[in-house]
Order: sequence, then structure tokens, then C-alpha cells
Amino acid sequence: MSSSMVFAVTGVLLFAIGLAGMLIAAHLLRKVLAFNVLGSGLFLVLVGLPQRDGMADPVPQAMVLTGIVVAVAATALALALLRRLHALTGATSLPRDTDA
Amino acid sequence: MPESVAGLVLIPLTWAGLAFALGPGRGGRAALAGLVVQGGLALQLAMAVNDRRSAHVAAGGWDAPLGIELAVDGLSATMLLLTQLIGLSLVIYARAYFGAADPERRYFWPLVGLLIAGLNALFITADLFNAYVTLEIVGLAAVGLVGAGGEAQRVGAALRYLFATLLGSAFYLLGVALMYGAYGTVSFSSLAPLLTAEMSVAVLMAGGLMLAGLMIKSALLPFHGWLPPAHGSASTPVSALLSALVVKAAFYLILRLWLDLFAAQAAPLAWLPALLGACAVLWGSWRAITAVRLKMLVAYSTVAQLGYLFLVFPLLAGAAAMQAVVMQIVAHGLAKAAMFAAAGVLVSASRQDRVAGLQGMAHHLPLTIAAFALAGVTLMGLPPSAGFLAKWLLIQSAFAAGQWGIVAVVLAGGLLAAVYVFRVLRQALMEAPTARPISPVPRTLEWVAFALAGASVLLGFRAGDLLGLLTPGVPG
Amino acid sequence: MSEWLPLAVLASSLLPGIAIFLLHEDSVRVRSSLNVFGACTKLLLVGILLAGVRAGQDYEVRYAVLPGVDLALKADALGLLFITLSAVLWLFTTLYAIGYLENAPHRSRFFGFFSLCVTATMGIAMAANLFTFFVFYELLTLSTFPLVVHRGTAKAVRGGTIYLAYTLVGGTVLLAGIMWLHNLLGHTEFARGGITAGLSADHVPQLKIIFVLLIAGVGVKAAIVPLHGWLPQAMVAPAPVSALLHAVAVVKAGAFGVVRVVYEVFGAEFSESLGLLTPLAIAAALTILWGSLRALGQNDLKKRLAYSTVSQVSYITLGVALFGPVGTIGGLVHLVHQGLMKVTLFFCAGNFAETLGVHKVSELDGGGRRMPLTAVAFTIAALGMMGAPLTAGAVSKEWLIAGAIEADLQWAVWVLWASSLLNAAYFLPILWRLWARRAPNAWPDERIAARHWQETHWLLLLPPLATALATLGAGLFADHPLSPLSWAQLIAGQEYPGRASP
Repeated sequence: MSSSMVFAVTGVLLFAIGLAGMLIAAHLLRKVLAFNVLGSGLFLVLVGLPQRDGMADPVPQAMVLTGIVVAVAATALALALLRRLHALTGATSLPRDTDA
Repeated sequence: MPESVAGLVLIPLTWAGLAFALGPGRGGRAALAGLVVQGGLALQLAMAVNDRRSAHVAAGGWDAPLGIELAVDGLSATMLLLTQLIGLSLVIYARAYFGAADPERRYFWPLVGLLIAGLNALFITADLFNAYVTLEIVGLAAVGLVGAGGEAQRVGAALRYLFATLLGSAFYLLGVALMYGAYGTVSFSSLAPLLTAEMSVAVLMAGGLMLAGLMIKSALLPFHGWLPPAHGSASTPVSALLSALVVKAAFYLILRLWLDLFAAQAAPLAWLPALLGACAVLWGSWRAITAVRLKMLVAYSTVAQLGYLFLVFPLLAGAAAMQAVVMQIVAHGLAKAAMFAAAGVLVSASRQDRVAGLQGMAHHLPLTIAAFALAGVTLMGLPPSAGFLAKWLLIQSAFAAGQWGIVAVVLAGGLLAAVYVFRVLRQALMEAPTARPISPVPRTLEWVAFALAGASVLLGFRAGDLLGLLTPGVPG
Repeated sequence: MSEWLPLAVLASSLLPGIAIFLLHEDSVRVRSSLNVFGACTKLLLVGILLAGVRAGQDYEVRYAVLPGVDLALKADALGLLFITLSAVLWLFTTLYAIGYLENAPHRSRFFGFFSLCVTATMGIAMAANLFTFFVFYELLTLSTFPLVVHRGTAKAVRGGTIYLAYTLVGGTVLLAGIMWLHNLLGHTEFARGGITAGLSADHVPQLKIIFVLLIAGVGVKAAIVPLHGWLPQAMVAPAPVSALLHAVAVVKAGAFGVVRVVYEVFGAEFSESLGLLTPLAIAAALTILWGSLRALGQNDLKKRLAYSTVSQVSYITLGVALFGPVGTIGGLVHLVHQGLMKVTLFFCAGNFAETLGVHKVSELDGGGRRMPLTAVAFTIAALGMMGAPLTAGAVSKEWLIAGAIEADLQWAVWVLWASSLLNAAYFLPILWRLWARRAPNAWPDERIAARHWQETHWLLLLPPLATALATLGAGLFADHPLSPLSWAQLIAGQEYPGRASP
């Protein structure tokens, strides 16, 4: 298996683990962590897949940098909201969907 | 031309920063000034496109595949105009809506600036990764707006929205990654010729992932769960912005991907979004009919109306289909913004948020109820509104393509919309059993709602101009 | 000139309507003046239109809404029949409404929608294609809803909801038919002799379905059984609204739609060749009988008149379904005559309710003595409904029966006779009570006291007397070149060009 396939498969596995975590975990902090795992898997695919002759492709690396920035911002927002929810209600998971 | 394009992204970013620096009170003025200028730029772009000059700008002078490309055609110009118009109206509304002590004011103006900057950038983006970036800007700003200054219900809705939107973007980005891995480029113009040939499994997977991610972000059934709480609990100007513009952004990208890149390969699967759209129309309308809170009714109406947009995919072979889509996006955008604006006034004035508590409102707030009624006329697709024209074009395309099911769904959807719109109007026209206290509401709010609703109806007469804008640059 | 006149006719009620919405509730003078001014201006403009069309002038105005889809208004003989009726009756209904709603709440809102309603009716009459027809048809639905729920009580709102349910579903069915036809033909312009005859034979099954869709769509407003359910429920509206709905605007619009569909979309000859007219005649006949039967059992006066409307409007449908110029003339002339007679009846019913608090037939005893002028008007109109000689109703009945004979539908003749008998059965008791019975000691709710000969407010007296006189006039002077009958003969002559006009 070429190195790009190794990276790609690993990335997809991490993506799947993160996805499962986001969907299944009830505790919000776990969801955020799972999101970060998912993100890492994503970036691994993005960088690892388009390798040519063992040389890294610079364009996806730029994309991944952007992606990391976005992920950091998103995580920060999630944590801020999470803290506020906890401060207001003491809850650590999303309330049941009530849309009366 | 490049200046207008750049201006549309840079100006909102500027006043967003300015609003943050100036503090809660003054941010609104910066927003107002900025949006007026942006409106002018969007108009200028639209006229340029009308003269058959579509723009293609390489940011910073770097061409693809290294640089970021921006492109404006008829569809983009229309979306830009809609965004600036609704943005301007809602900024005027928000300035009057937020009281002096409202904690939300601090966050609203900078976040709105970010949101509009992101939306403008999204409508002019010409490569897949830039689309991801703009989607994230829009998504995060929207989440922030939903949760801003709110109590537990709002924060919970914001979190739900955040996770949904992040999930959507994640799927989308994975698709982009696979795409880049297969072709080595992400720009639309480079990819389009490459994709006409027989596609590999990886590329089909990539396409599927991207479309799935975008469907989550555009709240297509069954991924709609995040929308009603978010739109229903947020403050009124935020709900209006979200329903009228943000969900359309994701749909716009689906349309672009479908038309520019995956047209031939995706055609046999076109029944899937159409089926989901049909279910959305029926389910969303049903939930709106049974909704207890007014803003939930309007939010579920959004779910239903978005379903109409997805019905168009099997019809894209015909010429009228694109016109139908654009008409529906514009009509619904204006009408939904108007409806949320009116709902906000009604909730403020009657000091409660249930539909059943609106008795006698037609007497106290005739202008607002008129605005709600006009917006409802557009949503029901009754003449002489823009919504009626959208319905006509959609049904015409469906007849031409022999899709009787779509005709039936569109007609049924109009009737179901009538049920929930008239639920509200009936309550308003009823005499209130006892005299009730009515909070005074700034007249500006009523007039904005009425203006938006009036625009959605008047557009029914001037549709020719709008559709003419579309034709020079229709992709595909 | 030829372009702005149709628009001016619309504007003569639209502009005052918009102005009235903005008026304060207490500006009675301004509002009444605007109303009457609008109505008179409209009559004047319609008069100019009539003179013009008689002289052979063409009036048409078009506006492209979408590529290939036009909003188009034109003034042709058939449309003018309807416009003239509506314009004349609107003036009287406006006067009546001003008198009836004195000191009632929400008058500005009422008269604003009132004007919109008439604008929509004018648009329906002048529509030059099905698209324009549909636009104004739905506008009519939307502008009449606030009128029906005007009183704001739970009962009014329920009545309005039922009204809306029927009319919106009808509108949807109508739209389906229109769009299907548009898909087949590329346009939906009205033309004498119809536009569908040129299609190939493969399309015949589709055309039959389209016919059913279109007739069902307009049939809701035209109260063809079983689509009539909204009409009795809409009686919860104030009397001027009932008069408007049942004589001037809504029901007539539906009947007018049936006429347009049969004659100017499908064409009489083509419809007959497709075998569509006989089922339509049967539906009309069923409605005529059913409406009359239900009217017998109603004690509430307005409900009795409502079922009478259901029955009488289908005379028009029957006339249309009777192939041949004689039947057509019968149906068309009854469009006018029924309008005159029914509006009179509703005006009178409103007078009894408003002046004496009388809502039920059983409470009408001695009404003739207390309110002689109203009772006389009622009597004339009721006699007309029964088809008594010298009235407009007699003229319609005569032509309809002749038309049935000409079209070889003997059973239709029996239906018409049966209906006349049933009409007598439910109107004669009312007349008996009015004239022959003694009044009770106290009326249920006497609100307006009698002053000499003025049994009630003059604004409530003038309109029914005027329309009752018109009923007599249409009957007595039916042979005059300017009578509704002559106009109907003109239209029928155009529709059946091959035959000599009877």
C-alpha cells in the first residue's frame, strides 16, 4: 500500500471515530473532542492523499492550515456556548428537543 | 469590476470590526452605512452582468490552482442583490428592535457584519475550498447570532445548530479532499471539463459527501432537526436573516455543484432530493399547522418552503427550471424576512409568543397583520405575488417534464401553507374576548415588515427584469 | 384611449379602496364620498366602454409578466354583460352598506376590502385569458375573506374558514387545469369558439380531464353541488356582504367562469362533440333541485335565500350546458336577472334584520304593514324568482325552457318546471306571512323607528326599490335593444356564427 493510501485510510478511520463520537456521545465536551478527532482525520486525508512520488503537495497543506484555524475557532465557539449553558442550567448535555 | 467584488467582501468585514471597536450603541450606524454602499455595489455588479459582462477575478493576482478565484454571473448577482437588500432592511429593523439595555446588541452588529461578508464571499466563490471557508464563516457567525445574549433555550438551540453545521462542513470537506486527491485541483473552471468523462468511484463518493454535507446545512429532511429550534428561539432579526439567507447559501452551493460539475452523472439520482423535498414540504407544513408558538410556525414554514427548492432537480433539463428556482429563492427570502419581522412585532406587542394569543391584533396592529398577510400570500403562491410566479414556473417545468408528482406536491404545498397562514390571520381578525394590554412597538419595525412583504408581492409584476438578469450567465 | 380605459375601470375602485384603508375610522364623510365617487366614476367609465364596444371599438391592454405569459384585459360583449351588472349593483350595494354599517366598527377596513372585491370582479370580467382570470379570481377570494369574518365572532371566523377552504381548494384545482392547458397549447387566451378545437384526437382524454378540472375550479364559486357547502356558511357575514357575494361578485364570477370555459376556451360545438355538455347539464339540474329542496327546510331567512342562490345560479350553468343559441341566451340573460332579483331579496332581508331584528321566516308576520316598501320590493323579486309573468325571471325561464327543447333535453324542461314550483313553495309562505298575517306585539329587536312613510333609513330603502324596479323593467322591456336580453342575443349570435340569431 502506498503511503498516500495509508494516510488516507487512517484519516478516514479517524473521521469515522470522530463522527461516531459526535453523534453518540451525550456529554457536550465529548462531542467537542470528537469533533477535533474528526477534524484531524479530515486534515490527514487532505494532506496525505494527493502525494505524488512521495513528495508532499503544498496546496493542500495551505488548505489544512486554513482548516485548522477554522477548527480552532469552531472549538472555541463550542466551548464558550457550552460554558454558558452550564453556567445557566448546570447541564452538560443538550436538552431534549422541545419545540412547542 | 474587481473593486466591486472585493468591496462586497471587505466592506462588511470593515464595519464588523468597527462595530466591535465602537461598542454596542454605535455599531448600527456603521452597519447601515456599510450596507447602503454594498447595495450600490451589488446593483452595479448586476447591471454589469446584465450587459453580458460576467466577472472573473483572481484574488491578489494569483490564478488557480494556487490562488482564489472569484466569479460573478447572473445567479450570483441575483443572490448578492437579495443579500444586500434583506440585510439592509433587517439592519434598519434591528436598530429599532434592540432596546438600549439589550445584552444582545454587543454581539449582533459585528456578527452580522461577518455573516454578510461570508455570504457575499460565498456567492462569488469559484472553487471548492473557498466555498468551504465561506460556509464556515457563515455558519459560525450564524451560530453566534443565535446564541448571543440568550438564555438556556437559545444557547441549547445554538449548540445544536453548531454541531449540525460542523458535521455538514466536515462531510463537505472530506468530499473536497477526495476530489483534490483525484484531480489535483479544486477550482470549478478547471474541474468542469475533467468531470464530463466517466467518473471513478472515489469521485462519486466525493460528490456524494459534498452534497450530503450541504444538505445537512440546508436543513433538508431528514437533516432539518436543527432549524426549528434555532430559528424559533433566536431573536427576530436573527431568525429573519437565517431563514431568508443563510439556508439559501447552502442550497446555492448545491445548485452550483450540481449544474457546474455533476450535471450528467447526478441526473439519474435527481429523484432523491426531489423526494426528500416533497417530504419536507408535507412534513414541514404539517408541523407549522400544529405549532403552538408563532415563531415555530414560521420556522417550520421555512423547512417546508425549502422543500420546494429541492423539487427542481429532476426538472433541470428545462429552461424554466432555473427561473423557477431563482424566483422561489427571492420570493421566499423576502417573504420569510417579512414574516419573521411581523412575527417579532406581534410577539413584542402582545407580550406572549403563542398563536392563540393573537386575538384582536388586526385592530391594534393593522400594518403588521397586513405585512404578515402579504408575506403569506407569497408563501401560499397566490397571485399576484412573486411566490405565485415561482409556483407557476415550477409547475410549468414539471408539466413539461411529465412529472405529475411534483405538480401535485407543489399544489398541495400551497394549500397547506394557506392553512397555517390563515391560522394566524383568523386569530388576528377575531375580536379579543377582553381588553388586553398592548405594548407599544416602534413604527419602524412595522414599516420594515410591510416594505419587505410589499416587495415580495410587487416583484410579481416586475419578474421580467429579475429573470432577464439571470439569462446571460445561467450556468450549464 | 383603448389601452387605458380598462385600467381606468379597475382604478376607479382600486384607488379609492387604498385611500379608504388609510382613513381614520371616524372620517365618515370622506369615506362615503370616496365610495360613492368611485362607484359613479366606474359607472361612467363602463358606460363609455359600452358605447365604444357597440360602435365596434376594441379595448385591450397587455402586460408581459413572464415570457409567454401575459396579464391581459379586454372589453368584449360577454365581459361587458358582467361588468355592467357589477358596476350597477356595486353602486347600490355601496349605498346600502353605508346605511347598514352606520356606527359599526372597522368600517374603513370593510370598505377598503369592499372596493378591492369589486376591483377583482372587474378584472375577472375583463380578463382576456385564463391566467389573468385566475389572478383576479384568487384576488376575489382573498379580498372577500375579511368581509366574511368582519364581525370577528367565533361563528364568523368559522364561516370564513369554511369559505376559504372551499374557495382555495377550488382555486388550486382551477390552477391545475389552467397549467395543464397552457402546457398543451402554449397559451390560454379566450377566443370565440374556443381554442382547443385544433388539437389532435390523442389529446381528447386529457382535454376531458382539463374540462372537469376547470369546471370544478370555477364550480366552487358557482356553487354547483357538491361544491356549494361554503355558501350557507358564509351567511354569517353582514347583509351587504351577502348581497355582494351572492348577486354581484363571487357567485357570479363562478358562473361567469363556467361561461368563459365552455364558450371561449372549449367552444360550444367542440364541447358538444366531446360529450361534455350533458354531464354539465345533469350537474346543473341536480343543483337546481337540491338547492330548492334545502331552501324549503330553512327557517333562517338568509339561509333560505342562500340555498335559493345555489339553485338559481345553476340556471345559468344549465343554460350554458344546453347546446344551441336559445339555451345560451337563457343562461346569459339569467346571469343579469338573477343578480337583480337576488340582490333585492338580500337588501330586504337585511332591512328586516337591521330594522326589526327579524332573522327568521317565522318572525316575518305582519312585516308588510310595518315595512311596506321593503315588503313590496321583496314581493316583486320573489315573484321574479318564481317566474311570474312581467318579471325578469319570466323572461329567463321562457328562454331556458325553449333552449332545453331545442337541445332535445326534455328532462331539463321538467327540472325547470319543478324548480319553479319549489320556488313558489318556499317564497309564497314568506309573502303570505308578510301580507296576510298580523304583526306580533313586539318585534324581536326594533332598532330603527318608523317615521311617516320612512319605515327605515333611506339608504336602506333606496337600493332595494331601485333593483326591484329594474327587475320589473328587465321583464317588461325585454325587447328593447338596450335590455339584458338583447345583449345576451348579441353574444349568442357571436358564439354560434353559423346559425341565425333567434
